[in-house]
Amino acid sequence: MSNLRSLTFDAIIIGGGGAGLRAALELAKSGKKTAVLSKVFPTRSHTVSAQGGITCAIASDDPNDDWRWHMYDTVKGGDYIADQDAAEYMCSEGPKAVFELEHMGLPFSRLDNGRIYQRPFGGQSKNFGEGGQAARTCAAADRTGHALLHTLYQNNLKNDTVFLNEWYAVDLVKNASGDVVGCIAMCIETGEVVHVKSKATVLATGGAGRIYASTTNALINTGDGIGMALRAGFPMQDMEMWQFHPTGIYGAGTLVTEGCRGEGGYLINKDGERFMERYAPNAKDLAGRDVVARSMVMEILEGRGCGEKGDHVFLKLDHLGEEVLGKRLPGIVELSKTFAHVDPAKDPIPVVPTCHYMMGGIPTNIHGQAITMDESGNDHIVNGLFACGEAACVSVHGANRLGGNSLLDLVVFGRAAGMFIEGALNAGIEYLDASESDIESAMKRITRWNESEGGESIPELKAELQDIMQTSFGVFREEKNMLEGVDKLALLRERIANAHLPDKSNAFNTARVEALELDNLMEVAEATAIAALERKESRGAHSRYDYPDRDDVNWLKHSLFFPATKELKKRDVNFKPKTVDTFEPKVRTY
Amino acid sequence: MSNLQVSVYRYNPETDSAPYMQEFQVDTKGRDVMVLDVLHMMKEQDSGLAFRRSCREGVCGSDGMNMNGKNGLACITPLSDVVKNNKLVLRPLPGLPVIRDMVVDMGLFYKQYERIQPYLQNDTPPPAIERLQSPEERDKLDGLYECILCACCSTSCPSFWWNPEKFVGPAGLLQSYRFLADSRDTATSERLSNLEDPFSVFRCRGIMNCVAVCPKGLNPTRAIGKIREMLLADAT
Repeated sequence: MSNLRSLTFDAIIIGGGGAGLRAALELAKSGKKTAVLSKVFPTRSHTVSAQGGITCAIASDDPNDDWRWHMYDTVKGGDYIADQDAAEYMCSEGPKAVFELEHMGLPFSRLDNGRIYQRPFGGQSKNFGEGGQAARTCAAADRTGHALLHTLYQNNLKNDTVFLNEWYAVDLVKNASGDVVGCIAMCIETGEVVHVKSKATVLATGGAGRIYASTTNALINTGDGIGMALRAGFPMQDMEMWQFHPTGIYGAGTLVTEGCRGEGGYLINKDGERFMERYAPNAKDLAGRDVVARSMVMEILEGRGCGEKGDHVFLKLDHLGEEVLGKRLPGIVELSKTFAHVDPAKDPIPVVPTCHYMMGGIPTNIHGQAITMDESGNDHIVNGLFACGEAACVSVHGANRLGGNSLLDLVVFGRAAGMFIEGALNAGIEYLDASESDIESAMKRITRWNESEGGESIPELKAELQDIMQTSFGVFREEKNMLEGVDKLALLRERIANAHLPDKSNAFNTARVEALELDNLMEVAEATAIAALERKESRGAHSRYDYPDRDDVNWLKHSLFFPATKELKKRDVNFKPKTVDTFEPKVRTY
Repeated sequence: MSNLQVSVYRYNPETDSAPYMQEFQVDTKGRDVMVLDVLHMMKEQDSGLAFRRSCREGVCGSDGMNMNGKNGLACITPLSDVVKNNKLVLRPLPGLPVIRDMVVDMGLFYKQYERIQPYLQNDTPPPAIERLQSPEERDKLDGLYECILCACCSTSCPSFWWNPEKFVGPAGLLQSYRFLADSRDTATSERLSNLEDPFSVFRCRGIMNCVAVCPKGLNPTRAIGKIREMLLADAT
């Protein structure tokens, strides 16, 4: 395909959400030839939907706060398979990254003394779990993601970052040595397909919540980077770990921030009982999200759910008063009226656990370098490939992410990747050019869709995939059901490989984008399903009826899914932080 | 209940010499769904129908469009808000070039946003922690920073239709005031001098279409009034 136009950059960042924009900002300041390639205009990325805040020990609410306490909470919240060197890096570098955001103009809410407002969030403690609830989540009302994303976009404008907006990355290009040397991308407006050459390719493509039928995620969260990396043969880590957020609006799936419970809201069952007191006597409604989500499902399964079908519970906020709601949770009042037809100042909001966040992803080190593992279990860097944000698995979230840690993850590790790439480019990077056949392999699937002449419809296959995942890989899992799911996915993969793209036009062809996205959903779903089936224990967000206990003897490990063989291997968790003592695994209670 | 009659603007530059309205019958099963849901149902009938969407909850600003004559976000507009006599007419945002169907070229809109230097400028070195700002100072940003750049306001503004190259438009000016009002920003005089000409701000005729359509309930006209006051005070 030598007739493809090529674009050449020092670094290409795929994805224009928080992680991508933070990495881009670092590189734009360095003067490297960088571009952000995003399938939507950057401020339409899913970071915009983050509500409650960014958790970080900036010692504003509590002048004695300590990043080590935050690190402890993060490791415990992740049920001990977060990498402790990564959690240490995130929590200790965090304040710097948050202050930078403030200096860039992020309109944080404020305390009377002029410092950044912080609210309590789930799983937060002082003094390593001994000092009671902390308030560590820095907030801009309940629109923190919006404020953060716009601030980052604005500062990229200030620093003249090059944007390829409404461009879709199709697949990675690898050279003969297996280094990643760019990607194939399509301009959505014109349909032109180009070869993007780059010494560093950063996947900052976010999550993939759209593998589930019910999700808080934007329609664009289709795991494009995960799909690209898997098709290029790279492994995925901890893909069984999906967070179900306790409070998605019943029916609509839209998110209601944990900040509601941070501000004093709580969950009730049909008897009006504040049931979290039974499941988590200390933290109650501010236990880890996995714990709260499971408790809600237990209430529903035991017949104490609300509504005609008894299939949800209520989030009670009316006791907070209109002033607190208006000042601290204005977006929630709006969303609740729009999607639940409920004014939370008067009535409780119907909520249900809803797929929210992918803890797993592309394994990386703290510099964002993608990692693979050889037969003997040794890590190797993948030359040219980087990942940050939700698409990456550093891993700071382990088996369950704490609220407010995703925004911190994406700015800290977006920044880290940017800094590392700048250094690497300065030191000099030389990889072999991609050959004609390397480029052709990356063109394979777009060519397949463009030549399809008949077959099943894309939206129907997508709906089937989402139903399989919802039914077999939800909050609670068990072998029989998961085996069925895995079998159905295997069949579905064949059907998708023969599905039909009826519209072959070039100008802003959204059907083609949806076809390409469907391939990615398929990759993510398969990795998730196999990892979930193979991890024979319950840990964090991965809860099995047939293996109800955590098994530290066999599974205090990351899982690593290899796409070529569809095998699941184990990878060591890092227990060696540099400046603090290791947090040893303990029984996790709240 | 009979099917909803939807009439939607179609134009594919590769195949159509001119735009046309296409009729769809959509069975909403009597539910009061959002306009975006209806668009998805139509796309199942015709996969070629092009429109933008992302968050589907009114915060990303992708799906601004004209629904029965009024601009708004399809994802948070229930049918009961716009449908009259069981009919819904969907058109792209007015005044911007159409790329395909409901998708417009937002280039001019973004250019006006970039023109106002939409980023905090502060010429003093930052402290080791955050810059302090009192809650009262921070309150001044409420009603300004929440803009989602959906372009519903600017594309309902006659002054922007006539002078999209020269009049910043309500969205850009709202953001301009967002930084003028920020106690941490030190570029007030440069910002004002960039807006002094007869068009950038003063083309606003106070028609207030922007206020009527803003899906986030923001008030660009008031912000423009504040900028005018600052410009006039600056001039005297």
